[in-house]
Amino acid sequence: MAKRVEATGVTAYYGSFKAIDDINLNVEPKSVTALIGPSGCGKSTFLRTINRMHEVLPGARVEGRLTVDDEDIYAKDVDVTAVRRMIGMVFQRPNPFPTMSIFDNVVAGLRLNGVRRKSVLQEAAEKALVSANLWDEVKDRLGKPGAGLSGGQQQRLCIARTIAVEPQVVLMDEPCSALDPISTLAIEDLMFKLKDSYTIIIVTHNMQQAARVSDRTAFFTIDRTGDPGRLVEYDTTQKMFSSPSEKKTEDYITGRFG
Amino acid sequence: MSTVTSPSFAPGQDPMLRRRRTPLVALVGVAAVALGVAAAVCYGAGIGGWVLMLVMAAFLYLVGAFAVVNRIEGRRAARDRTWSTLIASAFILALVPLVSVVWTLISKGAERFDANFFSTSLNNIGARDPDGGAVHAIIGTLEQVAIAAAITIPLGVAAAIYIVEYGRGKFTTLIRFFVDVMTGIPSIVAGLFILSFWVLLVSPIYNNGQPQFSGFAAALALSVLMLPTIVRSTEEMLRLVPAPLREGAYALGVPKWKTILRVVIPTALPGIITGIMLSIARAAGETAPVLLVAGGTAAVNINPFNNNQSSLSLFVFQQASDASRFAPPRAWTAALTLVALVLILTVVAKLFARRNRISR
Amino acid sequence: MSDPGVDTPAPSGGGQLPRRKGFGAETVFRTGTLAAGTLVLVIIVAITAFLINEAVPALRADTANFITETEWFPNQTPPVFGIAAIAWGTLVTSVIALVVAVPIALGIALYLSHYAHRRVATTFGFLIDLLAAVPSVVFGLWGFTVFIRPVRTFSIWLNDYFSWLPFFGGDGPFGRSFLLGGLVLAIMVLPIITSLSREVFLQTPVPDQEAALSLGATRWEMIRTSVLPYGRAGVIASIMLGLGRALGETIALALTLGFINEITFNIIENGGNSIAANIANGFGEAGEIGRGALIASGLVLFAITLVVNMAARVIIYRRREFTESAA
Repeated sequence: MAKRVEATGVTAYYGSFKAIDDINLNVEPKSVTALIGPSGCGKSTFLRTINRMHEVLPGARVEGRLTVDDEDIYAKDVDVTAVRRMIGMVFQRPNPFPTMSIFDNVVAGLRLNGVRRKSVLQEAAEKALVSANLWDEVKDRLGKPGAGLSGGQQQRLCIARTIAVEPQVVLMDEPCSALDPISTLAIEDLMFKLKDSYTIIIVTHNMQQAARVSDRTAFFTIDRTGDPGRLVEYDTTQKMFSSPSEKKTEDYITGRFG
Repeated sequence: MSTVTSPSFAPGQDPMLRRRRTPLVALVGVAAVALGVAAAVCYGAGIGGWVLMLVMAAFLYLVGAFAVVNRIEGRRAARDRTWSTLIASAFILALVPLVSVVWTLISKGAERFDANFFSTSLNNIGARDPDGGAVHAIIGTLEQVAIAAAITIPLGVAAAIYIVEYGRGKFTTLIRFFVDVMTGIPSIVAGLFILSFWVLLVSPIYNNGQPQFSGFAAALALSVLMLPTIVRSTEEMLRLVPAPLREGAYALGVPKWKTILRVVIPTALPGIITGIMLSIARAAGETAPVLLVAGGTAAVNINPFNNNQSSLSLFVFQQASDASRFAPPRAWTAALTLVALVLILTVVAKLFARRNRISR
Repeated sequence: MSDPGVDTPAPSGGGQLPRRKGFGAETVFRTGTLAAGTLVLVIIVAITAFLINEAVPALRADTANFITETEWFPNQTPPVFGIAAIAWGTLVTSVIALVVAVPIALGIALYLSHYAHRRVATTFGFLIDLLAAVPSVVFGLWGFTVFIRPVRTFSIWLNDYFSWLPFFGGDGPFGRSFLLGGLVLAIMVLPIITSLSREVFLQTPVPDQEAALSLGATRWEMIRTSVLPYGRAGVIASIMLGLGRALGETIALALTLGFINEITFNIIENGGNSIAANIANGFGEAGEIGRGALIASGLVLFAITLVVNMAARVIIYRRREFTESAA
């Protein structure tokens, strides 16, 4: 159920501003791929083109080809909602639905898809919460509002909500940047566990995190402010952090950037 | 792998990425059928005219389009499309009265939009007299609104200054709360207030013991209505003035009151003026308070402090209820004049605000 | 003291800081603004006090029960008047107005916040604001000369087919009715509800909306799972503000209702009256008791609108605290 993601010449705009230019990248199934780079380099933009969330913003558009197991997700007759169901996303700030209980949050995606039977929902919710390492902490208060959890728990709740619909690919946009170190560790553990069944792409500004969790790493950068972001180098994480082939990558990773 | 399945969705399985789109032709077809059926039912059975036909056709279209899209693209897409249609049609529905009002105003208002209307009053105009104008009403509106503005602007701006610059604690919260509540006071209540306060209690003091209507009383009532709007908009503008600007002045040893008058107010001025113009526009259209405390008159009365005055809105109201067949055209022309006045004020104020926002 | 009330340099030298003046320009200015601010509270109290002052003599003279009496004859001897029928009319017209206006207003608000292109939304939002700027007397004039025709046709049609419902019974004439008044009111409260709801919908946090979209929600599902729950309190408040406006509207109803004081469910037959319209139409021929009686009814109207508006504002304030603390 994990799929390969292939980007060919992906270019994204916000109105007339070109945010990323000509990105070519293959993401292996059942692996964690980290996107790193300085702020404004377009790594988040690229991530959002993969589940077509980029086009939600007014004036935003995408050129190029993005395929998931050889299916072009930007093809004309493709249903955007189906793409997003197949490619789940976890955001920078935990965003559980504020008016919903923990249980309702987890099964929100299933309910949208027309699953109504209580027993099915309960089973799915438990499974997702167990996978997200959250079950033991919340099993006694599933009816309480999701907004009452701690930041780290909220983020794991959002992960549970994402995997409850059993997507093929999970995108994570700096999922730990708003969390404390202990919660961060919990999420990183979770990523190890999830990559057995999902293709995971994570944007992070934390290079140690990229080194710890990812199998492959892609380094993005911009040449000057106002220029579009581009992909500099993409290789196994081990290679990227020990002997990158590009000087720019090495400068960034060793902290000599800028 | 999961065994959790349901008829419409199976987690873990590939969702159908591609979906069939409902062709436009199908929807046009549904519309045509809906219209046809509605026409047949309405005219065939003779139960209603074209309006009913359109309503019925719209309803049938919604049902039909839902069924077709449901069949081709699924229930969720169908529901999404139905709501989109409903939401967009709410908008179109709201434009119908707006267009009708504007059209009637212009077509009926043009009839008496002549020199006579703007140069005469209703003095000595009988029921069979086609002439007669609204000079007295225009004078009344201008005087009453001007007096109301003169009273309210300093008070409103001062109250806003208190709330933003000096006020602390519960008392200020209380004032802010009641300013907001006061924006909802019905205009007729403001009229009754000035009636029972000024006309019935105060005016007899200077008028030989007799209550006296006056344009000034109308201005007082309009002030009650304008005050909260001016306080509120000024307050919002004052809050937008950046703190460093104030601190810069304090650091130079400028006293607080001077800082407010010389630095804060001028910075916020364009926005404050916008708020004032909007409140004036609103006041100019009020009828009920003028009716209660200015009384209305047919002749020109320049003096706002003595005797009855009319106003444009009151003129519209009284001509509308007048039995003469020449009264309605007068009412429409006065309404057109009033709306033109109010809209010009509103549009200028809003454009002013918009330009101001961009420059900020 | 951080108070920069220090005004002029000390006249006598000698290294001493100038003393703060006890009664300087600063004090005058501050007291002036305080007085202006307090004026708002004074006006609210004064309205209550003066209305009571005028209403009490008339209420004393009333030979009927002011609350339950439906007739309004304060100028005859002995005076007989009560608020029951006109209050009923105020209620019925406001209910019709809200039933019609709320779904349409919320539809427009959603259209402007989540469907229309931004430039389109600005222009059309402006149009809706213009609708709010049109004086109520103009709507009244339009209502009883133009709008009455389709409403009358509609009323006759309703009467033809649905006269078995209490709302649509009677045998005419139709037109100057609760329905006409209520529909005109609906047009007038529409922009109020629209503009505030639209603002609330636009404030829905982007992460909430993206959460729904990233789960594969359609636009409508996104609105239902994130925008509507988030905006619920604000929408309720906007409806209450609209209600306040509908309850107090005078001139539009004075021109469109048929002036029969009765408590009836029939909304299409000529007739109907409301507290505010009764004041506007009855004021001309009112004697001393009549005036007091009208003021007494105005007092009731004031109390009702005050409560409705205060409730709406409390909801808005609570919500603001909630969203500000969440941000």
